[in-house]
Amino acid sequence: MADIELRQVEKRFGEQYAVRPLDLCIKNGEFVALLGPSGCGKTTTLRMIAGLETVSGGRIILNGQDVTWLKPSQRDVAMVFQFFALYPHLTAWENIAFPLQAEGERRENIQRRVKEVAELLQIEPLLKSRPGALSSGDQQRIALARALVRRPSCFLMDEPLGALDADFRETMRSEIKRLHILQNATTVYVTHDQIEAMAMADRIVVMSQGVVQQVGTPAEVYHTPSNLFVAQFIGSPGMNLVKGHWADGVATLPGGNRYTPPPDWPEALNRGLSSSGVIVGFRPEAVHIHPNGQLAATVYSVDLHGAYTMLVLEMGDDHSIHARVSRDAHFTVGETMRFDLNPSMVRFFDPKNERAVPITNRN
Amino acid sequence: MAVSTTSAPITYATRVDKVGARYQFTRALRIAVVVLYATISLIPVFWMVTAAFKSRPDVVAIPPKVFFTPTIEGFISLLTKRVLLPPGMMEEYKQRTDLNFAERIMAERGQRITGPSQYGQRLLNSVIVASASTVLSVLLGVLAAYAFSRFNVPGKGDLLFFILSTRMLPPVVVTIPIFLMYQQLRLYDTHLGLILLYTVFNLSFAVWLLKGFIDEIPREYEEAALVDGYSRLQAFRKVVLPQAITGIAATFVFCLIFAWNEYAFALMLTSERARTAPPSIPTVLGTGGIEWSAIAAGTLGFLVPVIIVTFALRDYLLRGVTFGALRK
Ligand SMILES: Nc1ncnc2c1ncn2[C@@H]1O[C@H](COP(=O)(O)OP(=O)(O)O)[C@@H](O)[C@H]1O
Ligand SMILES: [Mg+2]
Repeated sequence: MADIELRQVEKRFGEQYAVRPLDLCIKNGEFVALLGPSGCGKTTTLRMIAGLETVSGGRIILNGQDVTWLKPSQRDVAMVFQFFALYPHLTAWENIAFPLQAEGERRENIQRRVKEVAELLQIEPLLKSRPGALSSGDQQRIALARALVRRPSCFLMDEPLGALDADFRETMRSEIKRLHILQNATTVYVTHDQIEAMAMADRIVVMSQGVVQQVGTPAEVYHTPSNLFVAQFIGSPGMNLVKGHWADGVATLPGGNRYTPPPDWPEALNRGLSSSGVIVGFRPEAVHIHPNGQLAATVYSVDLHGAYTMLVLEMGDDHSIHARVSRDAHFTVGETMRFDLNPSMVRFFDPKNERAVPITNRN
Repeated sequence: MAVSTTSAPITYATRVDKVGARYQFTRALRIAVVVLYATISLIPVFWMVTAAFKSRPDVVAIPPKVFFTPTIEGFISLLTKRVLLPPGMMEEYKQRTDLNFAERIMAERGQRITGPSQYGQRLLNSVIVASASTVLSVLLGVLAAYAFSRFNVPGKGDLLFFILSTRMLPPVVVTIPIFLMYQQLRLYDTHLGLILLYTVFNLSFAVWLLKGFIDEIPREYEEAALVDGYSRLQAFRKVVLPQAITGIAATFVFCLIFAWNEYAFALMLTSERARTAPPSIPTVLGTGGIEWSAIAAGTLGFLVPVIIVTFALRDYLLRGVTFGALRK
C-alpha cells in the first residue's frame, strides 16, 4: 500500500510537451482516475509512474521513496495494459505466475497464490488456455489476475476496459471496483470515458493537452467544473454553456433573454469577470420548466429516454441547450416555452480565460 | 422426391460459389499453371537425381534416358581417388578375393581405388563455415535488430542505411582487396576467414529482416515483463525471443542458404584446408573425361543438409517469408 506523489513531473518528446509540469498527491488506498480525451498525456503520465518512460523533469515519490530514476522492476507497481499484453506463447496459468517467477518464489507458493487469485476472479477453468483462445473479457480477467497476484503497493491501469464490448464493460467495471475495495490498493486508472471515471473513482484528474484541468471528486468536477473544458467534457451531454453580456446585474443572453443571477453572484461576477462577456453554464437537469420562467426558448427536438425526456432547445439562432425534464411532460417541436434555472446549479465562466468565476465567500 | 433420412449429413461449408462451372474452370487453370511451373523447376533436379544413379554410358546418352539400371558408381567415384589400370593388370586385379563391394564395382570399369577423396572433408568444411556464420549472423542480427527496433540509437537511420549499403555493391568487386587483406591477416584458407566474411554479408540482411519481425511485436509485452520484475535482458529472452521465433527461423534459413551456396569467395579465399563444397564439386574431374554422375552425386549430397534444415523449419518459414500475413 502506498502514497504516490508527483512533483512538477513533466514529459517532452523532442520540443513537444506530452505532459506539462504536474503536481499530484494520491493517498494510500485511493482510486484516482486520469481522465481526458485521446492524446492528452494520460498514458504518458501513467508510464512515468510505472518507470516505463523517463521524466523530463520533476520527481516521483512512491511511499516516501524517491523512485524517479528507479527501474520499473524496483518500484513495486503492477500495470494492466490497454490491450492486456498477455504473453501469447504462455498459458493463462503461466501468464499469472510470470511475475512470481521473477521474484524467485517457491513452486508451492506460486501454485497457491495463482490458485487464490484465480478463485478471486473466477477464472479457474481458463488457466490451461492460451490467451489467443480466450474472449477479450476473459483475457482482461487474466491480465487483472497477473497484476493482482504479486500484491503490489499500487495498480496502474491504462484503459483496461477500452478493448471490451460495451455490454461487458459494465460487468468488468464493477469487478475492478470490487477488487479495489477488497484489496484496498492505491489505484491509478486511465480512461477517456467520463462515465467510467465518475462511476469508479474517488477522485478524478481531468487532463487536456498535457495540462491538468481539475482535480476533484466526481461530484466536484461535475457540479463545479473549474473551466469550460471540464464543464463540456464531464457529463453526457456536457454542461450547457450560453454566451452573454454582463451589465448592471443582468446577463443578456441570446434570443432576447435577460437573466438575473441568484443573489450571491452579482458581486462575484463584478469582481471576477475580466470584461463584459460572460458564459452562463448549467446542467440539463438544472432546467426547471415554469410558465413564468425568466428565460424562453423554442423546442428543437424531443428525445424520449424512458426514465426522463431530453429536450433540445434553441435560445436564439444556433444556440442550442439541453434540458432534462420529467417523462410525463409533453412538448411539441417548434413550441416556445419558459423556464428557470435551479439557483444552486448555475455556474459562470469568463470567456476570456475560460475559467469559472469563483463564487463569493458567503461570510 | 423422397428425402432419405439416412443420407450423409449436409456439409454447409460447401460454398455455392465454389461449385459453379466458372469457379471450377479457373481453379483447374490455376492448378495447371502451378503444376507446369513446378515441373519446369523440377526438371534440373530430376536430371541431377537420376544422373547421380546412372552409369557412365547412360549419363551421356542422347536422348537422355528416363529408364535405366541404377548404379552407385557415381557415389563411389565421388568419394574415392582412383587410378586406371592397364588391361593386363586388370585381369589379375579382378581375381583378387580381398576386394570390397566398391572396389569390385570400380574394377568392372577398369579402375582401382587408391584412397578416399576429399569430398567428405569439403562437405564438413561447408557445414562448419555455414553453420558458424549463420549462428553468428542471427545472434548478432537479433541483438542489433532489437536495439534498432526499441531504443533511440543515435544516428539510427544513418546506421541502418549504412548496414544496408554493404549489400549495394556486387560482392565480386571486393574479392581482390579481400584476398590481399586476408593474406596479410593470415585468414586465407581458414575456416575463420570464411565465417567472418559470410557473417558480414549476412548480417545486414539479418538485421533488416529481423528488425521487421521485432517491430511487429508490441512493446507492451516487454513492458509488462519489466513491470513484473524482470530485467531488460530477461524480458528480451523470455518474452521477445519466443515471439520472434518465426522470424529468427526464416532469417536462419536465408542466411544458411547464402553461406551454404556461396561460390566465388570460397573459390578465391580457400585452397586446401578450408575449401568448401561449392567450389570443389565442379572440379570432380575423374579419370578420363568429366564424371557427370560423380558431379550429380556430389550436388545431391550437397543439397541434402539444406533440404533437411528447410524441411525441419518449414512451418516457421511459411509464416516467416509471408511476413506474418499467413497465420496458422
Ligand atoms: N514515444 C512517443 N514519442 C513521441 N510522442 C509521443 C510518444 N508517446 C506519446 N507521444 C505524444 O504525447 C502525447 C500524449 O500521448 P498519450 O500519453 O499516449 O495520450 P493519451 O494516453 O492521453 O491518449 C500525444 O500527443 C502523443 O502523440
Ligand atoms: Mg492512452
